[in-house]
Amino acid sequence: MRQQQFEQRHAALWQQLEATVTHLEQGAPAPAPMPIAAFPEAYRRLCHHLALARQRGYSLALVAQLNSLVLRGHRQLYQHRPALLPRLRRLLTADFPRAVRAQWRWHLASTAAFGLAMLFTWVLVAMQPDMAYSVLGESMTLSLESMYGDASFRSGRDSQDDVMMFGYYIYNNISIAFRSFAGGLAFGIGALVVMIFNGGFFGAAAAHINNVGATEPFFTFVVAHGAPELTAIVLAGGAGLQLGMAVLAPGPYRRLDALRHAAVRALPVVYGVFLMLLLAAFIEAFWSPRDLPAAVKYSVGAACWALLAAYLLLTGRDGARR
Amino acid sequence: MIDDQHHITTPEGVPLVLDLAGPLPRALAYFTDLLIRAVIYLAAAFVFGMIGGAGTGLLLILVFVLEWFYPVWFEVMRNGQTPGKKAFGMAVVHEDGTPVDIQASLVRNLLRTVDLFPLLYLTGFITMLLDSRFRRLGDLAAGTLVVYAASSNRAFSNTLPGAAADVRTDTRHSSHTAPHSIAPHSDAHTRPPLAPDWPATLADRQLLLTFLERSAGLSPGRRGELAQRAFPELPPAQAEEQLQRMALHVQGGR
Repeated sequence: MRQQQFEQRHAALWQQLEATVTHLEQGAPAPAPMPIAAFPEAYRRLCHHLALARQRGYSLALVAQLNSLVLRGHRQLYQHRPALLPRLRRLLTADFPRAVRAQWRWHLASTAAFGLAMLFTWVLVAMQPDMAYSVLGESMTLSLESMYGDASFRSGRDSQDDVMMFGYYIYNNISIAFRSFAGGLAFGIGALVVMIFNGGFFGAAAAHINNVGATEPFFTFVVAHGAPELTAIVLAGGAGLQLGMAVLAPGPYRRLDALRHAAVRALPVVYGVFLMLLLAAFIEAFWSPRDLPAAVKYSVGAACWALLAAYLLLTGRDGARR
Repeated sequence: MIDDQHHITTPEGVPLVLDLAGPLPRALAYFTDLLIRAVIYLAAAFVFGMIGGAGTGLLLILVFVLEWFYPVWFEVMRNGQTPGKKAFGMAVVHEDGTPVDIQASLVRNLLRTVDLFPLLYLTGFITMLLDSRFRRLGDLAAGTLVVYAASSNRAFSNTLPGAAADVRTDTRHSSHTAPHSIAPHSDAHTRPPLAPDWPATLADRQLLLTFLERSAGLSPGRRGELAQRAFPELPPAQAEEQLQRMALHVQGGR
């Protein structure tokens, strides 16, 4: 069959398919040019036409045109779009805590990096108070002192500031978490650097606040939101380390495949970290700055840590719903 | 073979060709998106600036959401196309040609940080040059490709031969141009088709058809020059006419 006959014979079907694909791509509510049940069959005929056009040596333009239409049809027929809400529920009740437990080695490693750096700077600044200026920098040291040492600084805070700080915590903390996850891809180095840097910063800040005698305002401030915040940062680091290790030691897989598997395994943790940091920002902006008796703040803080530990360790243990 | 195409086979058993997008058009698309975000930030800064401290907080949230999730939103909701990619006719797809889902889109966009390292996408650029399919690290981990979106400006029609001309490089950039009907550039259309005077192979026939389809985009001098490659013994005009008639025969016109 010559090309022109071929085109004449099938042009109607192609035009109809093209209209349908365009319709599907736009997701328009108007009725489709062909019944949706007829689409797969029409698409398969189009595939057949493309193969014929190639085999018979029809012009490159016609082949390119059919190829493009098959491609668009392929994208519509084989797309994968599961519902969001059931997935979110599954994430919270099973996938996230399970992933954290399954990858406990990496989260332990990032916790160790964070903890050791924190311990080091804490001891350093506690023994040699002047070191605070070297570790934290002078302006940061002074602003920490005014934030926690000066009662008027805290009482002067209004709801406008709460919202501003909420935005800042979201922007800053979640970006740090995402970056430490991504940085892990560089053989884990990026994740480790973020862990050590943040751990060191926290240790030095806490020790310095202790030194200047503002212990209570500081710890009543951080104890509640510290639970989700510090945990989330450490988990993000662990997820990043896992990526890096997949590249370094891929085991029985090709490096590329190992990296892909690791990314898929790490994703529930990244989702979870995101949600935890949202929660942390909320607590940090609207609960932590409230001036309440220390006993109240410490009990709420303890409850936060306990709930979080229980959530991560106990949720999703029933294997039946896997 | 080194080329910028990626071949996949559909479940129907048909090989499909994806045209891969290289670093430069991707960079242009990225800067377009960057510009769009910058405009949004400026507008938002102006509006939120009037509310004071809370406005700063809202602005920071907006910056956070757009910086991390702007590409994810568009890639998942708009067939793999951010506005910048759409402007340059590109789309993100899975390696099997299907649209990206949220998981792959998140992986490739979260890992953008590494591709940005140390500055100006240096890591991503080097990775794209090393990889045969122009994938940056995020694409490698997510299993995605950036391809030219499938669209063709050659309308399906059963009109006269040569009426729907198509120059392939054009299809990448203009998505819905009407097929430009061409004025008859010679009297070849009035002449009867002529069977090739040699046993034409598949490649020969394809070449003839391509000549017919592309002649609209070629200058008369170039057409004659090309035709003389087939018929060196004839003057350009006659060689072209001869070739046109044989192409018409192959195409099946009368």
